[in-house]
Amino acid sequence: MNLLLCGVNHKTAPVALREKLACLIPDVRGAYDHLKGWPEVSECLLYNTCNRVEVMCVSEAPEEAAARIREFFARHPEITPGDLEESFYIHRDQAAVQHFFRVAASLDSLVVGEPQILGQVKQAYREATENRATGPILNRLVHKAFSVAKRVRGETGIGDHAVSVSYVAVTLAKKIFGELSGKNVLLMGAGEMAELALEHLKGQGAGKITVANRTLERGVKLARRFGGEAVSLEELPEQLLSADILISSTGAGEILLTRDQVKGVMRRRKQRPLFLIDIAVPRDLEPAINDLDNVYLYNIDDLQEVVEQGWQRRRQEAGKAERLVAAETLKFLHWLETLEVYPTIIALKDKAEAICRAELKKTLGQLGPLTPEQRQALEVLTASVTQKLLHDPIIFLKRNRRPRRPHQELDLVRRLFNLDPDRGGDYHEKE
Amino acid sequence: MHNFFLYLTLMAYFGATGLWLAYFLAQRERYHRVGVWVMAGGLAVHTLALIQRVWSIGSLPAATFGQALLLFAWTLVAAFLLLIWRSPIKVLGALVAPLAALMVSGTLILPQPHGPVSPLLQGFWLTVHICLTMLGYAALALACLGGVLYLIQERQIKGKQFGFFYRRLPSLSQLDTLNYRCLTIGFPLLTGGIITGSLYAQHTLGRFFSWDPKEILTLIAWLIYAVLLHERLAVGWRGRRAALLAICGFLVLVCTLVGANLWLTGYHSFGKFIQGP
Repeated sequence: MNLLLCGVNHKTAPVALREKLACLIPDVRGAYDHLKGWPEVSECLLYNTCNRVEVMCVSEAPEEAAARIREFFARHPEITPGDLEESFYIHRDQAAVQHFFRVAASLDSLVVGEPQILGQVKQAYREATENRATGPILNRLVHKAFSVAKRVRGETGIGDHAVSVSYVAVTLAKKIFGELSGKNVLLMGAGEMAELALEHLKGQGAGKITVANRTLERGVKLARRFGGEAVSLEELPEQLLSADILISSTGAGEILLTRDQVKGVMRRRKQRPLFLIDIAVPRDLEPAINDLDNVYLYNIDDLQEVVEQGWQRRRQEAGKAERLVAAETLKFLHWLETLEVYPTIIALKDKAEAICRAELKKTLGQLGPLTPEQRQALEVLTASVTQKLLHDPIIFLKRNRRPRRPHQELDLVRRLFNLDPDRGGDYHEKE
Repeated sequence: MHNFFLYLTLMAYFGATGLWLAYFLAQRERYHRVGVWVMAGGLAVHTLALIQRVWSIGSLPAATFGQALLLFAWTLVAAFLLLIWRSPIKVLGALVAPLAALMVSGTLILPQPHGPVSPLLQGFWLTVHICLTMLGYAALALACLGGVLYLIQERQIKGKQFGFFYRRLPSLSQLDTLNYRCLTIGFPLLTGGIITGSLYAQHTLGRFFSWDPKEILTLIAWLIYAVLLHERLAVGWRGRRAALLAICGFLVLVCTLVGANLWLTGYHSFGKFIQGP
């Protein structure tokens, strides 16, 4: 029994190829029907995100299964075998488990530590179970992967550091104001990044939103989208009296707000803190504003710098996470190994139980009438004798899992207890 | 046996120090929670130690520098626990706990002279004077520690270099609120302490103000706090300036407590309180 993980991801395949492969998946049911049709694959899980298309499966014949999956990928009319040549990877056993854990823990993502991937894997697993494609091994693997991902998130700071400009703005605002609820936001100009930041701030409960724009018309449009009000740019200093956060991204090309203006505003604001975010290039706000007390000015370069720091921290934390994943991988492999001995243990127990039952029946027939207590005492006696006798062989099987010749030992136990009566003679011929 | 409770207190405060440092480094909520309980336990034993002293002396133990430290440590820890309960600025524990531990150690290390306490130091109004002053000190000490944290955090945010402290310290607004709250509580207490002290001085020495170094320094500190409070309420001073003034004010107060006793002489200095055998 082998674990096998094949697929392509953002590191090996260009986006064009990943897109085409992802097209194979939308018909999940069809894909699973196809995969389950192969005798080589006993359990499988299929998942795709924007950065990867992968198949995880359990197989008795990994070589053939890998070839099959490759064929499955090559089914797409626009994909030639040459496309897959360089991008298709096959991980087996330990590498497969480790890769899967890394994917779930977001260590293999383009944005390391991003939280969405776990949800995507969960969704894929739900689809797989709906199609009855997974079995005991993959079920356990997937649940382990979820718990590994949870531990990575909880025990390392991999998701703690903001790595996008708009999110950095929000975390900064929180460090300045504590709570964002009731804090008013003034948006100057518009742009994708500014709107994203505004979106984040609203999500954190920001209060009134005001949009100041050169053309009032466009301002009104934006304000309506965010449920705020529109004002003209001339009212800027007045508006700053009631705002707490200013996001500026006009294309004015000149300084719209000077240090002296802000200084005057601060006096009238009774020094309530002001957070100014200038993402315009060229800048809208005079850099010297940052020298004022209780005013915090960040321009796009400052924010990018923080983003870069966030990346560095994430990379450091990823190192910790990798060690955690490696340890959990070994644990899972160990469980997988013990899995092989279970049929033998069950056979042993079944045999003992059968003997007990037969002997009890014989004895009870000879003893004549017994009270229920006496009868129970006999049953307990026989059960505990066999249990104690089997205890050591079972422990031997479970614990001694890294012998030099694992299968021979397993065979020895099976022969010793004659668990395969039909095949009794085969062993001698084989050896 | 005399110092049994004190050693227990010391152990608790050092334990709490360790826990809060661990909390500060690892950011695990559990350490903070246990830290609060250890600190509260320490305060309970500390209270017992104080009661024991009051019992044996017959008045509030504030006649020697060591005793004053013990009293101050008690009010500081009590004020801190009250604060943590109302508005959790958890990292403050990493500053308060070691400070309390050091002060209690000071009590144990410093000579503990025995002897009758000068009659000048007994009486109801004097007890009120000491209590108010010590409680004021505690609140203003917290304002100072909060100010230190504010300055560190503000520097991180203004300087745009987000290091070790940025993530671990609370937001600026929380720290500024701490400053305001401690000031509005500590300043009236200190004022009350000064008034009762001068009334008592009028009663016993016949004059309100003796130009004693401790009195002068305390008055300077009081003025600093008065300016800070006024500007806060009138003009809206806050943030960096408020933090700086709170630190300055408390440094002057520390001078009155430590310096006035070690370097300066005056009738307030502890050495004169205990009459030789």
